[in-house]
Amino acid sequence: MEITLEVNGVPHTVVVDPRISLLDLLRERLELTGSKKGCDHGQCGACTVLIDGRRALSCLALAVAQEGSEITTVEGLAGDGQLHPLQAAFLEHDALQCGYCTPGQLCSAVGMLAERGPSAVTEELTGEPELTAAEIRERMSGNLCRCGAYPNIVTAIAAVAR
Amino acid sequence: MKAFGYARAADPADAVARFRPGTMYLGGGTNLVDLMRLGVAEPEALVDVSRLPLSGIEPEGDGLRVGAAVRNSDLATHPLVRERYPMLARAVLAGASGQVRNMATVAGNLLQRTRCPYFQDVSKPCNKRRPGSGCPAIAGDHANLAVLGHSPACVATHPSDLAVALVALEARVHVTGPGGTRVVPMPGLHRLPGDEPQRDTVLEPGELVTAVTLPAPPPGASLYRKVRERASFAFALVSIAAVLDVAPGGTVAGCRIALGGVAHVPWRAERAERVLRGAPAGEEAFLRAAEAELEGAEPLPRNAYKVPLARNLIVRTLLELTP
Ligand SMILES: Cc1cc2nc3c(=O)[nH]c(=O)nc-3n(C[C@H](O)[C@H](O)[C@H](O)COP(=O)(O)OP(=O)(O)OC[C@H]3O[C@@H](n4cnc5c(N)ncnc54)[C@H](O)[C@@H]3O)c2cc1C
Ligand code: SF4
Ligand code: FES
Ligand code: FES
Repeated sequence: MEITLEVNGVPHTVVVDPRISLLDLLRERLELTGSKKGCDHGQCGACTVLIDGRRALSCLALAVAQEGSEITTVEGLAGDGQLHPLQAAFLEHDALQCGYCTPGQLCSAVGMLAERGPSAVTEELTGEPELTAAEIRERMSGNLCRCGAYPNIVTAIAAVAR
Repeated sequence: MKAFGYARAADPADAVARFRPGTMYLGGGTNLVDLMRLGVAEPEALVDVSRLPLSGIEPEGDGLRVGAAVRNSDLATHPLVRERYPMLARAVLAGASGQVRNMATVAGNLLQRTRCPYFQDVSKPCNKRRPGSGCPAIAGDHANLAVLGHSPACVATHPSDLAVALVALEARVHVTGPGGTRVVPMPGLHRLPGDEPQRDTVLEPGELVTAVTLPAPPPGASLYRKVRERASFAFALVSIAAVLDVAPGGTVAGCRIALGGVAHVPWRAERAERVLRGAPAGEEAFLRAAEAELEGAEPLPRNAYKVPLARNLIVRTLLELTP
């Protein structure tokens, strides 16, 4: 089936088999290998991208269902030769070891910082909570890191959230 | 994965008109796409209902109408849900991850399948996946499976957090299908396994969920509590949605209790509720109520821990709700 979608601001028209995931379309057809395949089952977050500005798992999204969507991958975060503030913060705070989970962490954090409202650890449901370390941890719990770089990931995100 | 056709439905009538045997509706895909990849689901065609114009949340009478395609994250953060149905917001926020909640729809969440390890492994027998093939969980890994209402054919649990809150709130599920439209009350959408564990719900083939309506919130204070193996991004071992209304004299004027993680359905604890109504609110009555409910429990060798866990969770939660 033919679909048209925008990836990092560039329109693409591609013919896809309905079986292929958005992740495989990005990695294998559009040669955007930044998004990673950790589990292919929604359990690790390594494949996180932004779909129409919201963080989502590209391994569980069918490519064929993305007609008309605007996708942002880790390759699309930096603009005009300038790192995204979160990318800069990850470097500054040493928020990675092997780096495999990093593209997913970055896309997830960008999406997370744009979200409003409470999380599971927010005490007052109706207010806008401050992004404490506990809030960041809960909101980023869909992104696993085998290297256990969590403390620095939280520090880097907190530095940008401020 | 087996080849399948794909079409995006324009409206609910178009979705139903496109339904044929072998067709499945696609919501956010967070459960269905995974099951297709595992070979557990093999639809011949997908009809995408995730972008149907069913994504509104609006007041209706003293209650609320939630479209079937509302994303879980939008449900949990909607101002009316946070203000009037805090237990519902809490239940949704307790489930999955930010990314999954952004994709998952209300209908898809209610209709997600069990996480029983054998159901998800096509190399194993499983009565739910292949009727008549047997249930290896009974003699095998059932550590997170049912203690209430199970049958010799299947001991699976329903994994949804949202459904537990909706049972306690007595939500109604609106469906439209080849046979017309109808309203299915909760509890009542999900069914016990009996000798047909392949049927999770009372929905007929081709029936499309269009909305969930909530009556006015019941009086009293409410809580959703979830016990799990890690603090976030894990399914419930046992969860509870509870509402408690204590009269000025200290007796229980009204209560609602639903349990997750214990049965093939989000379990309404009616026996406990009967014991509580009119009883003096306090630890003694709460324990009696919890024990009355769990008298019917038939734990398996490796999930017996769920019985004291559920009992303590009921008592603790009700104590916390007592003014
Ligand atoms: C890693 C992970 C962790 C998770 N943790 C939790 C958790 O802790 N708690 C929890 O509650 N959930 C959890 N989930 C499950 C998640 O909430 C469900 O996968 C999700 O809600 C399903 O919604 P969906 O829209 O993606 O459904 P889909 O996957 O698209 O569909 C699910 C089923 O519903 C049917 N369907 C969809 N829409 C309709 C409709 N309108 N009418 C009729 N049938 C329809 C489909 O045919 C399919 O059978 C987790 C999921 C993952 C991947
Ligand atoms: S408990 Fe149910 S889902 Fe699990 S193996 Fe047995 S029949 Fe299958
Ligand atoms: S690869 Fe998508 S969540 Fe792991
Ligand atoms: S840095 Fe190695 S997995 Fe996170």
